[in-house]
Amino acid sequence: MAKAKVTFQDIDQTVNVPAGIRVIDVSEKIGAGIIYGCREGDCGTCMMHVVEGWNNLTEPSVLEEKVLRENMASRHDRLACQAQIIGDCTVKPA
Amino acid sequence: MSEHDCNAIEIAPGVHWIGALDPGLRSFDMILRTANGTTYNAYAVRGSDGVAIIDTVKAEFADEFFARLAHVARLEEIRVIVLNHLEPDHTGALPELLRRAPQARLIISKRAPAMLKALLKPTDDALDVEVVDTGDEVSLGDRRLRFLNTPYLHWPDTQCTYLVEQQVLFSGDVFGCHHCDLRLFNDRVGEFRFSFDYYYAHIMRPFKSHVRDALKLIEPLPLTLIAPAHGPILRERPRRYVTRYRELSSSGEGFDRPFEANDQPASLIVFYLSAYGSTTRMAEAVQAGAEAVPGLRVSLYDLEGSEIAPFIDLIEEADALAFGSPTVNGDAVKPIWDLLSSLGGISLRGKIGAAFGSYGWSGEAVPMIEDRLRGLKMRVPVSGLRLQLTPTAAELDACRAFGRQIAEAMTGTSNTSVSAERVIDFAELSP
Ligand SMILES: Cc1cc2nc3c(=O)[nH]c(=O)nc-3n(C[C@H](O)[C@H](O)[C@H](O)COP(=O)(O)O)c2cc1C
Ligand code: FES
Ligand SMILES: [Fe+2]
Ligand SMILES: [Fe+2]
Repeated sequence: MAKAKVTFQDIDQTVNVPAGIRVIDVSEKIGAGIIYGCREGDCGTCMMHVVEGWNNLTEPSVLEEKVLRENMASRHDRLACQAQIIGDCTVKPA
Repeated sequence: MSEHDCNAIEIAPGVHWIGALDPGLRSFDMILRTANGTTYNAYAVRGSDGVAIIDTVKAEFADEFFARLAHVARLEEIRVIVLNHLEPDHTGALPELLRRAPQARLIISKRAPAMLKALLKPTDDALDVEVVDTGDEVSLGDRRLRFLNTPYLHWPDTQCTYLVEQQVLFSGDVFGCHHCDLRLFNDRVGEFRFSFDYYYAHIMRPFKSHVRDALKLIEPLPLTLIAPAHGPILRERPRRYVTRYRELSSSGEGFDRPFEANDQPASLIVFYLSAYGSTTRMAEAVQAGAEAVPGLRVSLYDLEGSEIAPFIDLIEEADALAFGSPTVNGDAVKPIWDLLSSLGGISLRGKIGAAFGSYGWSGEAVPMIEDRLRGLKMRVPVSGLRLQLTPTAAELDACRAFGRQIAEAMTGTSNTSVSAERVIDFAELSP
């Protein structure tokens, strides 16, 4: 299975993960600082900032774009419960 | 209170309190008690170019709010409505205010729009708002409101509003307390310091690092008066309340204080219970194993011997917590759950958690505790240790190894440099 590395900058921890996994599923296990509410792309709580590897996450859906807009996301912010990891990237809480 | 009693009270030139008194309230948000009710403070600020309303009141008190408002402004004069916090105790009268003053512009923080929509559930989707961030200003002609983004005090949307020319800070729930007293000002009301600290402890303390971020914005401001959303208006020595928040938010910094930069050794607390002594022996071995790692202070407590309250501060300051429980009727024992359900007032995020215990045949306690620790946003890097009935010498070795692994997870593996990138495999993370 394809592998990728995701680094959580706030706790300085890198995890080797199977490609396709959602960021939130890794971050909650490792205890990184990304918080979450609904886990369904609705509430915007899990907003994170992508420090590196923006293109190594799946594209945001129209709905995610809308929630990001509503929560005043800045450039390179994503929802950790929606973004799936497809290549190496570094993230931190937004 | 009848409506003709409902005057507005001037708190600074052109600034009026138009809030509501709720002296009968005894329990707030299910988690706070109050011995003399609370107030929902709302304010009207008059400028040469119109009136700003800052926050409203709980829905049941809307009439009182509108009656006070009528004493100081006509509805059509209202240009802006600032919401420092969307919780219903401050937005209850908002729908009616928007109906009566449809020309007013709503001003909210950047994390508020989606929440406001969820709160008001507007049918037409056409809620017109202006979003502000730290430093943004709104002019009322001869005076300006400036905004401070202060998220998580105590909701994601919270902000403070500063009336620049009069040096008045409308702080929302920050610096508030549940204390109802018609005399309104801190130099006139009865003793309320305990309510102030109590409110901080239950509402703000879970967001300690956000409190410190907010204080960085607030401390440089000249302040003649702090006008919070609950309790007395702080006009006599307002700065001492800012200082108090600084004191309260400075102790026990936990995970956001790196071990290296800390003169205190990293602290591991081992809590346990045991009916027949097996889990006790495990706990002692876990302690011994952890203590073999230098730079660590390990404490061991039998929960059967104490109330929970004295441990809360210790837990907040600890870097790691280990819980030992036997499995009894398919569950961990009650004092463990009592402790683990008493920690809502402090942040455990990023602390290391671990569970262990002796069991007879099914052993549910350890995985259940681990789930709870993860639910409390702790990291559980070392998977739990269970052993059947009486520990053997080899099993006690395993307990010591378990303690050592927890200690190493706390200090970072002793033989790699702290800056070395740490890489682990997803499959190694406990389920
Ligand atoms: C003190 C307090 C803390 C809260 N903390 C959270 C929280 O951490 N996460 C969340 O999603 N909602 C939180 N809420 C929001 C409540 O879940 C929300 O207001 C809900 O609608 C209340 O439901 P109720 O009307 O049944 O009491 C909190 C509310 C209060 C009053
Ligand atoms: S957790 Fe609600 S949007 Fe991701
Ligand atoms: Fe509140
Ligand atoms: Fe409040």
